[in-house]
Amino acid sequence: MNTDRQHFDEMLLGEDGVRAPYAEYQEWFSHEDVSRLSKKSKEAEAFFRRTGITFNVYGQAAAQERLIPFDLIPRIIANREWTKLSKGIEQRVRGVNAFLHDIYHRQEILRAGVVPVDLIAKNAAFLPQMMGVTPPGNVYTHIVGTDIVRTGEDDFFVLEDNARTPSGVSYMLENRETMLQMFPELFSQIKVQPVSDYPKNLRRSLAACAPAGCNGKPTVAILTPGIHNSAYFEHSFLADQMGVELVEGHDLRVVDGHIAMRTTEGYKTIDVLYRRVDDDYLDPLNFRPDSMLGVPGIMDVYRAGNITIANAPGTGIADDKAIYSYMPDIIEFYTGEKAILKNVQTFRCSEPDALKYVLDNLADLVVKEVHGSGGYGMLVGPAASKKELAAFAAKLRKSPANYIAQPTLSLSTVPIFTKKGLAPRHVDLRPFALVSPDGMNITPGGLTRVALKAGSLVVNSSQGGGTKDTWVLED
Amino acid sequence: MLGKTAGGLYWMFRFLERSENTARLVEAGFRIALTRSSDPESEWKSVLTTAGVRMNYDQKHDGYSALDAIDFLLRDTDNPSSVMSSINNARSNARMVRTALTTEVWEAVNESWMAMKAALKMPVTQAKLPEVLGEIRRYTALVRGALHGTMLRNDIFDFSQLGIAIERADNTARIIDVKYYTLLPSASFVGSALDNVQWETILRSVSAYRSFRWLNNDDISPMSIADFLIFDSRFPRSLSFCSRIIDENLGYLAKDYGTRLPCHDMIEAQRDRLRASTIATVFDEGLHQFITSFIRENNAIGLQIEQDYSFVG
Repeated sequence: MNTDRQHFDEMLLGEDGVRAPYAEYQEWFSHEDVSRLSKKSKEAEAFFRRTGITFNVYGQAAAQERLIPFDLIPRIIANREWTKLSKGIEQRVRGVNAFLHDIYHRQEILRAGVVPVDLIAKNAAFLPQMMGVTPPGNVYTHIVGTDIVRTGEDDFFVLEDNARTPSGVSYMLENRETMLQMFPELFSQIKVQPVSDYPKNLRRSLAACAPAGCNGKPTVAILTPGIHNSAYFEHSFLADQMGVELVEGHDLRVVDGHIAMRTTEGYKTIDVLYRRVDDDYLDPLNFRPDSMLGVPGIMDVYRAGNITIANAPGTGIADDKAIYSYMPDIIEFYTGEKAILKNVQTFRCSEPDALKYVLDNLADLVVKEVHGSGGYGMLVGPAASKKELAAFAAKLRKSPANYIAQPTLSLSTVPIFTKKGLAPRHVDLRPFALVSPDGMNITPGGLTRVALKAGSLVVNSSQGGGTKDTWVLED
Repeated sequence: MLGKTAGGLYWMFRFLERSENTARLVEAGFRIALTRSSDPESEWKSVLTTAGVRMNYDQKHDGYSALDAIDFLLRDTDNPSSVMSSINNARSNARMVRTALTTEVWEAVNESWMAMKAALKMPVTQAKLPEVLGEIRRYTALVRGALHGTMLRNDIFDFSQLGIAIERADNTARIIDVKYYTLLPSASFVGSALDNVQWETILRSVSAYRSFRWLNNDDISPMSIADFLIFDSRFPRSLSFCSRIIDENLGYLAKDYGTRLPCHDMIEAQRDRLRASTIATVFDEGLHQFITSFIRENNAIGLQIEQDYSFVG
């Protein structure tokens, strides 16, 4: 789509030049042989298959496990750029946590009229069960994966806040590991900030959020829906790297007012549960009664302050796409500062004027479901056919409150490696922030997702996206 | 360790052992079916019985052609004990217990699964059969090698060993059970061609054709074969050997956890019985009876382990 438009390429500049952060890499790359790199690329794929770094795709009967394609050209971020980005993320995450505490307590922000009451009260992501509950350490979002896009030299936008259970961090770690194995010489020439501390930091950060009554070293566990979940590899990878148990709902039960796991030596108490199960499925007694993935009664244990659930139940109210449009106001309301990172202009289709504008300009907009994720149920106007546009317009008219729309951003590109040489492709970035009462820790870089099809803006792994190693340079 | 993890390890290694045993049964069956003196249909029928899948097979096929039997034993995922089903199950369990495995073991299982999926994608022709069977043996050996070479000797290792030993004891016992009549002294015509072929098949089914001859020179009699399969502590697939491995590993767990459980009493009773028996007393009491009660006991020990160590909630 719109290939005529001028995209900001983060690496290439003019005919032969590259931007400053890529200077040293370009120097190395120009002496590399294309056939050697092709071979390396194939090696990387075989490595991923052998080690089982795969994800499951829903709705494909036979496919089950697929690889996320890995591109060997790194995405490089200058130290100066990263400093600004990480400040912006930290501010935003602070805002999100303050917002969550407020929403589940006094609701000052609603009284002040900054966010409409209906947007919270009628929102499926709002959990009344969390009213008046303060999580241990007052941390709601222990792990956040903010999606960021870039459109120009200094233009970064937050696309989504991902405050529930963001995934992808295992790819960030494995991508770096793969690059280190394939091109060790690169890392001795170019000083790249390491990411390998993430599992250690995650464990520390989670342990620091243990309930007040926990004596001694907190027991941390990861709760997974099981081996058929799309992100199962990541769950087992993180459990492995952190040295904690990977549990499923049927391994857990309430014992003496605590959550305990069934071991070969009887039941053992868990203090911190990093759950990768959605709110709805967490507790069949409190939420979906048909859920087989959760633990009956865990919400009662939680409300009694005897377990930390990360992220806290009900955080979805903060990363809801309808709330998103209020985020700059939310940040200012709680921090007293202007948001450092910009929001993408967002039309709330629930508002009649906005809906009219969206319908009139559908072909130029990206329309998303308020509760959708993974790129499903979204319309990329400029790439859609007339028929698709008409069908989507009908859906919009039927339930406008279900959608928001945004202008099609001219996302930045970073080249990928092809047999014919470098080819620019659109990218986004998901840095990972860890929150504990001791402070915030943001891993330098994050996960870069890349749309492998020329011109495509959809970077989701479930829809043909790939990933790149992401470098933040040392000063 | 999580009870689920212990169960995952146990079943992962049971299934790997099963895939290897099934491949070996196919190999022995294929060989004997090629010899002129035998009746191939009844050979395949007895192979299917030994593998414990005959009822399942009969629902799907008429007659016991080599083609149908081999396909059912190797590839058919309707057969829960086929090599492909076993490898699928082993790998699913390995994914579940990924955090308890070394990278080497996990990669060996994952590679085996990828290779088997490719090798068993299409029906295996008779010409390709030896190659495919060899591949199955090589890959299970790879996993076992990784287990022995890289895993800590702790409860993870103990549960893996238990899975292997319980499955293997069951397999050897069932081979004896199905062929027991050829091992009875009354049925033996020493030197008859038929019996020689039968005995050879039995020994090949447990990969012991050569070792047996090494150990026993020319003394190939039904009694010496039965003695070897049941009591020889040097032979890693004998009932006595498997029973010892189970006993040892349950012993490590009891020491490690500081708890003695009902499964410990059961294995001890079985060890005592085996120690008190000789091949002569077994034949006196009846080989068939001895074997069927061993199979029952072995099964019960497996179930007791699952319960004692909370494999399921």
